[in-house]
Amino acid sequence: MSHQSTYTPGNGFSRWLDARLPVMRLVNDSFVDYPTPRNLNYWWTFGGILTFCLAVQIVTGIVLAMHYVPTTELAFASVEHIMRDVNYGWLIRYVHSNGASMFFIAVYIHMFRGLYYGSYKAPREVLWILGVLIYLLMMATAFFGYVLPWGQMSFWGATVITNLFGAIPFVGEALRTWLWGGFSVGDPTLNRFFSLHYLFPFLIAGVVILHVWALHVSGQGNPAGIEVKDPAKDTIPFTPYATIKDAFGLALFAILFAYFVFYNPNGLGEPDNYIVANPLSTPAHIVPEWYLLPFYAILRAVPDKLGGVVLMFGAIAILFVLPWLDTSKVRSARFRPLFKQFFWIFVAVCIGLGYCGGQSPDKILLAVGDGGFDVTDLSRILTVYYFAHFIILFPVLGLIEKPKPLPESIAASVLPGTRQDKATS
Amino acid sequence: MKSISRALSLAALAAGLAFAATAPAGAAEGEVALKHAEWSFEGVFGVYDRDALRRGYKVYKEVCAVCHSMEYVKFRNLAEPGGPEFSEGQVKALAAEITVTDGPDSSGEMFERPGEPKDAFPSPYPNPEASAAALGAAAPDLSLMAKARPGGTNYIYSLLTGYVDAPEDFHLATGSYNLYFPGHQIAMPPPLSDGQVDYEDGTPNTVDQMAKDVAHFMMWAAEPKLEQRHRMGFQVLIYLLALTGILYFTMRKVWAGAH
Repeated sequence: MSHQSTYTPGNGFSRWLDARLPVMRLVNDSFVDYPTPRNLNYWWTFGGILTFCLAVQIVTGIVLAMHYVPTTELAFASVEHIMRDVNYGWLIRYVHSNGASMFFIAVYIHMFRGLYYGSYKAPREVLWILGVLIYLLMMATAFFGYVLPWGQMSFWGATVITNLFGAIPFVGEALRTWLWGGFSVGDPTLNRFFSLHYLFPFLIAGVVILHVWALHVSGQGNPAGIEVKDPAKDTIPFTPYATIKDAFGLALFAILFAYFVFYNPNGLGEPDNYIVANPLSTPAHIVPEWYLLPFYAILRAVPDKLGGVVLMFGAIAILFVLPWLDTSKVRSARFRPLFKQFFWIFVAVCIGLGYCGGQSPDKILLAVGDGGFDVTDLSRILTVYYFAHFIILFPVLGLIEKPKPLPESIAASVLPGTRQDKATS
Repeated sequence: MKSISRALSLAALAAGLAFAATAPAGAAEGEVALKHAEWSFEGVFGVYDRDALRRGYKVYKEVCAVCHSMEYVKFRNLAEPGGPEFSEGQVKALAAEITVTDGPDSSGEMFERPGEPKDAFPSPYPNPEASAAALGAAAPDLSLMAKARPGGTNYIYSLLTGYVDAPEDFHLATGSYNLYFPGHQIAMPPPLSDGQVDYEDGTPNTVDQMAKDVAHFMMWAAEPKLEQRHRMGFQVLIYLLALTGILYFTMRKVWAGAH
């Protein structure tokens, strides 16, 4: 929520600076005095956590780039050099590789929070779209990064994904050759992926600035899904209230992060990536990192390659138009009894797709006679449901659902004695 | 309802994380369940067993290294903390047993010199092709073997002790039958036999013991900084738990006036 600036420069220098570049005013208005809905819960701490993740990835990534060599001859060996000979190189690399997973855990929670509380609805459509754009850039960055250690999964993952572009009619073959810089994934591919892997995080940082800007124009959503009416009652200043809550959430998140880095650093990765890339030996199962598995399942669910590619990208593209598919005026699932149930079904469907993406497509889940119900069958059902959730349920639910009464104000929804919404939601 | 939805959301998060952590296990499907040994390096305070590492190095050197390389491990690593911790003198002596081609010298000629601690473990073959030509299949490098197979050290231990006669209905085209190797047909002949490597510390040199020791050694070869990592991790977690506690009570105090 845009608000009047309350910044008053305290001394001569800050008055001088404020007249020339009001950067302190910007910081004060955005992160100190910024009015925050007083009913935010812990699901709202993930914005700060994601900023932390991005910073960690950029800092560790820059240090790794000082020691990494992007050639097919030396890439794998240079990563081992980092792990064995660079001072605390093992720590920096494990933070970076697990940091990618942590980043995605946080972004998925952040996105599901947005879906649950209707954060994408007017007037926050642009805020949501910028978020989806960040997510898309994150997936590209993670994909480029996964190729760099030049292990077996790096090479074969890159081969599978770049081959998808070959499915595009007419220009596919040429496009694929152009992406590779040759006739297969090789030295030129590794070099450009390294270059792009270094570039994209800064693009993400740029879009994050726009994302935060849009957030500060429309104001934060909140669990009650109603707008601020009386700032004096409904909001509290960002600092100290949100700052300390975000710090606490971040510390909890850091514990999970540290567990993986120090005690299970390879638990989220593929053992095959500790085998140097070998174009002559295809791994038995080529699987992407866990955070891309649902999309991999959608890709494999379609018998036609081009169809699979279209649906896979469609699964992300549909998120961009979400604000216009939802016909309900009520934002928060707290007051949408039907939507709330379908939300949890959708979460289960996404996790189910992730499971399917990690399994062999012909694995039998339910034996019937000679064949049975296999992973591909399950992927198809879940893929159909994934799209139906947005294309059918989103418009229909808003029309047929009878929402619960909304609280009178944000203050009324949390302050003692007026907790009627909590009792009924 | 609120508590139910909170419980549901936490359950979904937990399921997601559990799923994320187990997702790679899907690659190991259809294989025989591995034998599990007790490893001293597991757990929050896990450290390597120096004696096991030294015995394992002996097995590696006398048996594995005949065919396999270990190109990312250097002799000096053997003296570093968190490893077998041989003395500097022992490492120099071990390194000096090999001959290394170095150069060019000032006249442009390559020359041979005794190995030094800075040198990597010697590779028995100059490249995978030479290894494949001599052995029938290229012997994989062992530097990262303990991290490069699902099951890690349990897989190595199981494989080395998993040589049995092929079942009657199994057609073994070439090589040996192994219970734990994917597809069961393995090019590597049974590498260990009871009493093969002399143990100086009196540990019984059975196939089972040697397999455990060499798997232990390969874990160190793959993760030489594991002890440092575990130690630092404990400090970091203690720090984070304290910080989280302080932040929690600070938050309670700050928010006390707001609600």
